[in-house]
Amino acid sequence: MENKPKKPSPAIKRNEGRHEPSDKRIKHFNEVALGFDKEEALTEASRCLNCKTKPCEAACPVNVKIPEFIDLIYKEDFSGAVSKIYETSLFPAICGRVCPQETYCEAACVIKDKFKPVSIGRLERFAADYARKEGLVRLPSPEKSTGKKVACVGSGPGSLAVAAELAKKGHSVTVFEALHKYGGVLRYGIPSFRLPRETVDFEVENLKKLGVKFIKNALIGKSISLDELKKDFDAIYIGSGAGLPSPLNIAGEHLIGVYSSNEFLTRVNLMKAYEFPKYDTPYYIGKKVAVAGGGNTAMDSARCAMRLGPESVTVLYRRTRTEMPARAEEVENAMEEGVKFEFLTAPIALEGDDKGRLKRIKCIRMELGAPDASGRRKPVEIKGSEFYVEADSLIVAVGQSPNPLIQQNAKELQTNKWNCLVVDENQKTSVEGIYAGGDVVRGGATVLLAMKDGKNAARAIDEYLKSKK
Amino acid sequence: MEYSPQEKYEILEKKDLSPSIAQHIIKAPLIAAKAQAGHFVILMAQENGERIPVTLVDWSPKEGWIKVIIQAIGKSTAQMNSLKTGDFFAEVAGPLGTPVEIKKYGTVAGVGGGVGIAELYPIARAFKQAGNKVISILGARNKDLLILEKETADISDSVIITTDDGSKGKKGLVTDALKELSEKEKIDAVFTIGPLPMMKFVALTAKEKNIPAFASLNPIMLDGTGMCGGCRVEIDGKPKFACVDGPMFDAHKTDFDTLIKRTSAYKDLEKESLDKFSKEHNCKIGLH
Repeated sequence: MENKPKKPSPAIKRNEGRHEPSDKRIKHFNEVALGFDKEEALTEASRCLNCKTKPCEAACPVNVKIPEFIDLIYKEDFSGAVSKIYETSLFPAICGRVCPQETYCEAACVIKDKFKPVSIGRLERFAADYARKEGLVRLPSPEKSTGKKVACVGSGPGSLAVAAELAKKGHSVTVFEALHKYGGVLRYGIPSFRLPRETVDFEVENLKKLGVKFIKNALIGKSISLDELKKDFDAIYIGSGAGLPSPLNIAGEHLIGVYSSNEFLTRVNLMKAYEFPKYDTPYYIGKKVAVAGGGNTAMDSARCAMRLGPESVTVLYRRTRTEMPARAEEVENAMEEGVKFEFLTAPIALEGDDKGRLKRIKCIRMELGAPDASGRRKPVEIKGSEFYVEADSLIVAVGQSPNPLIQQNAKELQTNKWNCLVVDENQKTSVEGIYAGGDVVRGGATVLLAMKDGKNAARAIDEYLKSKK
Repeated sequence: MEYSPQEKYEILEKKDLSPSIAQHIIKAPLIAAKAQAGHFVILMAQENGERIPVTLVDWSPKEGWIKVIIQAIGKSTAQMNSLKTGDFFAEVAGPLGTPVEIKKYGTVAGVGGGVGIAELYPIARAFKQAGNKVISILGARNKDLLILEKETADISDSVIITTDDGSKGKKGLVTDALKELSEKEKIDAVFTIGPLPMMKFVALTAKEKNIPAFASLNPIMLDGTGMCGGCRVEIDGKPKFACVDGPMFDAHKTDFDTLIKRTSAYKDLEKESLDKFSKEHNCKIGLH
């Protein structure tokens, strides 16, 4: 680029990235955020002060060397930039898209108060996409084989991080996945308009090149027991996620049209029901769709539903917009796309027709009372405020807990009252040689925290294996 | 043991048992090594396919194969049955579910209807091996749709056959045969697999004589791993996931009526998909 801005130029307006117009994008499942072109990337990179203190790097869950990779982008050494990211994070194309940077690196950026923070996430994504498309990604060479075997349970972000780190250290890693495609929540949960599937495929293929073995269609706890894995492997990482959907526990949840967000998202994202009948898996949402919940999963569900062409999609949330756990950007995206919101609203009963199909949702208005354990004001029902929302389908996205299969299978694993595995600061469970991280420990967190746990566990597993001889 | 990645799943032998029912022997060593009576697998015929749960009929840990018997009732099952020896299933996951608890009851009546006869077979065999007297009641619409008669006879103390049209065995329903049997001799447990309305009435028939009864439920299922809750069934008023808690449940505690309604969720879409497939394949798949 000729005449690129001199570095640093923090006063240049922060580039928030381009989005496809909402009326067009709700007609397909392609990516909404379009990503920087080279010129945009160089300009945004010029905004970074390359400051000595690097608060962004410290705030990053996987400590990406942010000022350094941004500087390499500025110098148009894109291969160098992505290699720099790869030193600490193996999945920049994924993190650049789904990490809530506004709460990590960008919240720590020193120019944040005077100007706006550098668009770090978008730069990371640019570097990763550019390197992938141009074939510039150079994989690290694994160290000499140690002969030690590690099993990862699940192929979500945590296990992929463990596999990557331990493969580099020369350990033999086998990843077990219950479904027929790899990536866990990156595959069945997060929609392709937020995370294109080629980014996940690319990372899995890279791990295969590093020697990681992937076994699909094997559910640990059913197809293969944890005890068997203990016999066959020197260490185990459990990254089985929080796969058990929480129900609303109200009357009528058996009605046709009532989905857990897990089922709805799996039909749409993993099985591509949106291409029915080209793909064989059907979905049923009818004309009026309701979504219960206020987190990212609720936003993903609502935005997927919107793309299936119903008359309306309405989110029912029992608090107000301020308390929503979803990323602000996702709420804005949903609103732009025409998703309606009924705040301070809780479903209390579901009513159907004689064929057992959902017809309407009895709701009640809430008001915010005193703060609860989470620090958010607790919603309280307003007596006599019941009303009905007409709906042919309801997607329940009010939380998940760990799938209890492994815990049932291995009683010696210590769990807490939410059935989450208990681990120490090294991700070690109560059983020697078994480590865990991500949602099976945290209950319901983020891709980034799963990766962070995975990295942490990989370091501990490596030390454990070396000490074991 | 060694865990080797398996990318696709070869059909070692495909055999038609009736115009709409076919038997597939599939290479799947990891599954064969772990299978027990009552386990099921999830099959996908092709990459764009649907995940279809099917109870295992037989398996060989030594030779690394599993056997399933599939009735073509929709597009996905029709497509599976259009595969031939040497073709591949895109995916086979398992073994899944909770195996049936095999113990000594005394006399066990196994009641199978239609393709459920195939799924009953390994369970009846396991009860026989555990020292029970096993009486198998097999029901089909007509003699051409009756499967595994000889195989079931080999592992049962006696076999009673009923057909709707009387073309083989007694004319009538399996429930009539069960009622008659239970009046003649003491039955200690009933295990049933077949269409939901049949299992509902088998349960009611057993209930009249206070016989414990267990039914293998077949709700709409997606992942089969306890993740989506699509297969939720009401057992004793509580929601259970057929994929991990079942598929075999106490039939006296099962809410069959709700389950029957829930299985109709995609009826229209299933028809659309099947019609499209039949048209593309000139209706050569033997569906009626």
